[in-house]
Amino acid sequence: MDILANLSLGFSVALSPWTLMLAVIGCFLGTIIGALPGLGPSNGVAILIPLTFSLGLDATSALVLLTSVYYGAMYGGRISSILLNIPGDEPALMTTLDGYPMAKNGRPGDALVISGVASFVGALLATIGLMLLAPLLSRVAYQFGPAEYFALYLLAFCTLGGLSSKNQAKAAFAAALGLAIATIGLDNQTGMPRFTGGNLHLMDGVDFLVPLVGLFAVSEVLIYIEKQGKDSSLGIKLEKVTIPFREIGQSFFTMIRASLVGFVAGVLPGAGASLGSFLAYMSEKSIAGKKGGFGTGVARGIAAPEAGNNSAAGGALVPMLTLGVPGSGTTAVLLALLMTLNITPGPTLFTDRPEVVWGLIASLLIANFVLLIMNVPMVKLFVYILAVPPSLLLPGVMMISFVGIFSLTGSYFDLLLMTGFGVMGYLFRKIGIPTVPIILGILLGKHMEDALRRAMILSDGDVSYLWSSPIAIGLWVAAIAGFIAPMFLRPLLKRPDRVID
Amino acid sequence: MLRSDRVFGLVVILAALAYIASAFQLQTSFLSDPMGSKSFPIGLGVVAVICGIVMIFKPDEEAEWPRPVAILKISISVVVMVAYAYSLKPLGFLFPTTLAAGILSYLITPRITFNVLAGIGLAVGLYLLFRYALGLETLQAIPKGWKG
Repeated sequence: MDILANLSLGFSVALSPWTLMLAVIGCFLGTIIGALPGLGPSNGVAILIPLTFSLGLDATSALVLLTSVYYGAMYGGRISSILLNIPGDEPALMTTLDGYPMAKNGRPGDALVISGVASFVGALLATIGLMLLAPLLSRVAYQFGPAEYFALYLLAFCTLGGLSSKNQAKAAFAAALGLAIATIGLDNQTGMPRFTGGNLHLMDGVDFLVPLVGLFAVSEVLIYIEKQGKDSSLGIKLEKVTIPFREIGQSFFTMIRASLVGFVAGVLPGAGASLGSFLAYMSEKSIAGKKGGFGTGVARGIAAPEAGNNSAAGGALVPMLTLGVPGSGTTAVLLALLMTLNITPGPTLFTDRPEVVWGLIASLLIANFVLLIMNVPMVKLFVYILAVPPSLLLPGVMMISFVGIFSLTGSYFDLLLMTGFGVMGYLFRKIGIPTVPIILGILLGKHMEDALRRAMILSDGDVSYLWSSPIAIGLWVAAIAGFIAPMFLRPLLKRPDRVID
Repeated sequence: MLRSDRVFGLVVILAALAYIASAFQLQTSFLSDPMGSKSFPIGLGVVAVICGIVMIFKPDEEAEWPRPVAILKISISVVVMVAYAYSLKPLGFLFPTTLAAGILSYLITPRITFNVLAGIGLAVGLYLLFRYALGLETLQAIPKGWKG
């Protein structure tokens, strides 16, 4: 049994007191980040990357810390969905549909417990799925040559752009912009500078952490400043928290089904946790039918999106670790982390650095139990944190972003660049240009161009080489379908409106 | 009809053409592969131009632009960030952070006493956190010249 041997290696890494402590800290920070509206998993992890980097954590520790934050944020997102009717992060949007009505019916504690247990089931099943599927997929990935990798990157852009935006042209532009930013700096193959405009600061290219923090964190603060005054305060009092065993039992199969749906959505490149929770909720709603009472505050309506969302979060790690292609915005941020740590994700990661992969998987299993404890018996603690006023929180986010980037290079130029990206992100979000493809482009640009150029070297300039193998053809077909299909499916994928008081 | 998307599409086209033009100017080296260092950027530029054209001919519904007060607030916060970026190194961490955090706090909820306290609290708290708990050596509390 390979898996058992690998897992014992993983647990030997994860159970060291230091790693264990990082996992607990990560879970705690993550739940807070998820719970606070205005700080989601992607911008929360984004502002923490520069800090972990300048702290000099080794690869395994940094990865354990930040994936615990990632898992924690997926748990925490539900807290403000249920209590404030404001999703703490995007995937938690579906949880408002039944979570908030249940809380208004005087059962906020039950809603938090049911969703916490559902999160646990989803995340646990997804971590097991990751454990089983990732090594298999990494074996397939060995067959990938430059042509296949090029097609795979294209697939990631197509599905991510196709699904995450309302307008294909805007998504494609965002991807092209990101890739173009990645071409700034020295050319990998010839060593000649490109697009630097003679600016020495740009010679090494744009450090991807700068646009990452700018587009995700700084622009979020600007959006908040614009919307100020519209945020509501804690409207629902949380009294004693008890465990509604009967409802948890009744929604058990819902949780299992939702986890499966979410996991599949998570593994698909570009789909991610938001789609996972959406599909899980919608499929359970149609299984329950009219009598299910979805939307009025039923347990299954809370369990489904939370199990789906957490399971998709785990599933999204599969393509990120095995192929180096992130399945969602937040895993794109985690990919940035891996690249900062000089770890190349992909099939070789599993053979060359097994302690990193299996240490991570074992830590995620442990983190899940830690998160269950934090999010069920200790949930009240996080409810207090929701009372932090935005006028303290958001300046804090901004200052942490600045210090994080400043600590990387100590240069004011990167801070200006970050501010510039923040303003750009704000404007783009206003006119509906998705920012995730930009980040993905900046992260994958060098690899994508290298893959294309190596393919052209192998084929001596014959373009048809790019679709000459069955795997490559499959990826091209999927990419084209992933880009075009959402145009027709969009009416079907329309999200239900938020509950309005 | 003039819409933000049309204006933006035009900007995209112009920027993409400039990018393509500068891609043609790239110096090539004698060590070149069949594709060279120009083709990929040129391809990206072409994609962007097409996207710009689509945005001009098929614009989305008009975006909801903020009211003038909100635009003013956002402009102020951008100016604050730029000033903060320039002052962080020469002026040390504490003074610029107090000021910048205080102003941002005021822009979100104007309550002077709270904003001042938030500024001071964030500056001192984050300094202690970064310098001592996280051990960031690069951070200077006050300008270098001030230390005896």
